[in-house]
Amino acid sequence: MINAVGREIPDEILKATGKEPFQGNNYKNGVPFRRMAPIIHPVMDNQHSKLVASIREALEKCHAHSGMTVSFHHHFREGDLIVNMVMKEIHDMGLKNITLAATSLGKAHDALVPMIEDGTITRIEASGVRGKIGEAISNGKLQGLAIMRSHGGRVRSLVTGETKVDIAFIGAPTSDDYGNLRGIGGKTNCGVLSYSHVDGDCAEYVVAITDCLVPFPNFPAHISMTKVDYVCVVDAIGIPEKIATGAAKPTTDQRKLMMAEYCTQVVVNTPYFKDGFSYQTGVGGASIASTISLTKIMQERGVKMGFGVGGLTKPMCDLLDMGLVRVLMDTQAFDLDAVSNVIDPKHHRITAGAYANPFNKGAFVNKLDYVILASLEVDVHFNCNVVVGSDGVITGAQGGHPDTAQGAKCTIVICPLLQGRIPAICTNVTTVTTPGESVDIVVTDYGVAVNPNRHDLLEALKKADCVPLKTIEELRDIAYSIVGEPEPVEFEDRIVGIIEARDGTIMDVVRQVKQTEE
Amino acid sequence: MEISKAAVAGTLESSDCMVTVEPGSGTVELDLESAVMRQFGKQIRKVILETLERLDVTNAKVTVVDKGALDCTIKARVECAVYRSNDVKDKLPWGGAIR
Repeated sequence: MINAVGREIPDEILKATGKEPFQGNNYKNGVPFRRMAPIIHPVMDNQHSKLVASIREALEKCHAHSGMTVSFHHHFREGDLIVNMVMKEIHDMGLKNITLAATSLGKAHDALVPMIEDGTITRIEASGVRGKIGEAISNGKLQGLAIMRSHGGRVRSLVTGETKVDIAFIGAPTSDDYGNLRGIGGKTNCGVLSYSHVDGDCAEYVVAITDCLVPFPNFPAHISMTKVDYVCVVDAIGIPEKIATGAAKPTTDQRKLMMAEYCTQVVVNTPYFKDGFSYQTGVGGASIASTISLTKIMQERGVKMGFGVGGLTKPMCDLLDMGLVRVLMDTQAFDLDAVSNVIDPKHHRITAGAYANPFNKGAFVNKLDYVILASLEVDVHFNCNVVVGSDGVITGAQGGHPDTAQGAKCTIVICPLLQGRIPAICTNVTTVTTPGESVDIVVTDYGVAVNPNRHDLLEALKKADCVPLKTIEELRDIAYSIVGEPEPVEFEDRIVGIIEARDGTIMDVVRQVKQTEE
Repeated sequence: MEISKAAVAGTLESSDCMVTVEPGSGTVELDLESAVMRQFGKQIRKVILETLERLDVTNAKVTVVDKGALDCTIKARVECAVYRSNDVKDKLPWGGAIR
């Protein structure tokens, strides 16, 4: 069946997953559902201790078994030690057929590939996968399916019970002996624990793993003891310098600076740029540069931001320090400045659900005016691909891309026209992760294209005459005139993964890559 | 042109390619490795073979390690490697065999 972004979703995959094909952004708007209620193991005995001596003991007490689903968060990013630590123990116990339901997986988890090959891990659910695990999935080594979900989509899948987590492991920078958890105050800080909130709410068992046990009560708790079954103290939960880097140096790359300038011009010349506007941006060089150049114009014109949201970085925290934004809403700290800024009373922690879950009564993303995003590929239908590389191999994550793109009134994607020889603006993206109906403006180093559905934005930018306007087809043609038209990548028939839309329908499928001859 | 001795042109930097030509064993033997093999492998092979043909190279072992170079770069690197193997340093046939 062809879905709303023109992708063929084979019947067998619809049957196997019980899912529907994607039918447009607001297909499930207002459709009622019953929230899943988890099994709880209550603690009434005042002599009960939640402390366990080892991960093994925690696994045994939580009745770890073959076929179970375990979950993790990725606030420690490339410095995470928790996933490998727990999965090694599960592997050593000889358990098989495990579903690994992490919020995201990266190069820090390359060591899991042998566990995929030997059938310990047979299903993966994550925002996406970088590194060797992505290659393993694309080469067909995972027995079951990999399901790639956005941050908001993951919360939905837990609260609806589609993903049933048996044991959630929450790496916590600080914990007391009763499981009050905080993202700060320890030796391996990540700032917030936003992604894990839903695991605390929905998993049958919740195990906190910390390397800094503090006196009870560890307050104000980011995740409450009322959600936590066991607490395990280990030597180290993460590698601090890989969790959050120092603030990224402002880029000196002229191409990125030019795109940042175009982006800022787009923001300040569209109608939502007025006192109290809301804004989210990412961690890429051009995104950071555009926040810095936007700051200057805000100061000049006396325009203040109402709120900033998302994964936060130093330039966003600087806005708070300068009084240029009323509040920051934080789901993830990308650099050390953002981690240490969490103690500011105007820097609020929010859950991934409050941030982006499409199945609650309204998430923060719905209140965004602007979001600035990146993309591996954008096609002439404005569809974006942020998960699968142009060579067909899984190499990225949805993150909050589809959530914020749908939510924001003005979604801007910054993308250099060419990445080496690969044209980033193309006829059809390798895999659709964010539908074109969510994407309003594409900023490249060769010009800016506005989605034809947004006459209002196009008129505003034409009137302002502030950036070189092109059609998306023109941008694609410029790209192809320089590098040539790429051949479509060849795939095997076997489907190794699905790209799930926010609402749980299928946006696209990912197939096994064909081995190249050379 | 004869490939009388081994010669190299280009680098392994991103958007470049490194071309090595060596004396062959009767035919043109091409060993291609590319960062964009899946999307541009056929096109790159075609550009290399056409360039060699224009230079009348019929007997060579050619090794290309491509890091996403454009066609113009690939052509230039192949031409340079072939001329280097013949110690041709001046009076290059611009507009003739090299175009």
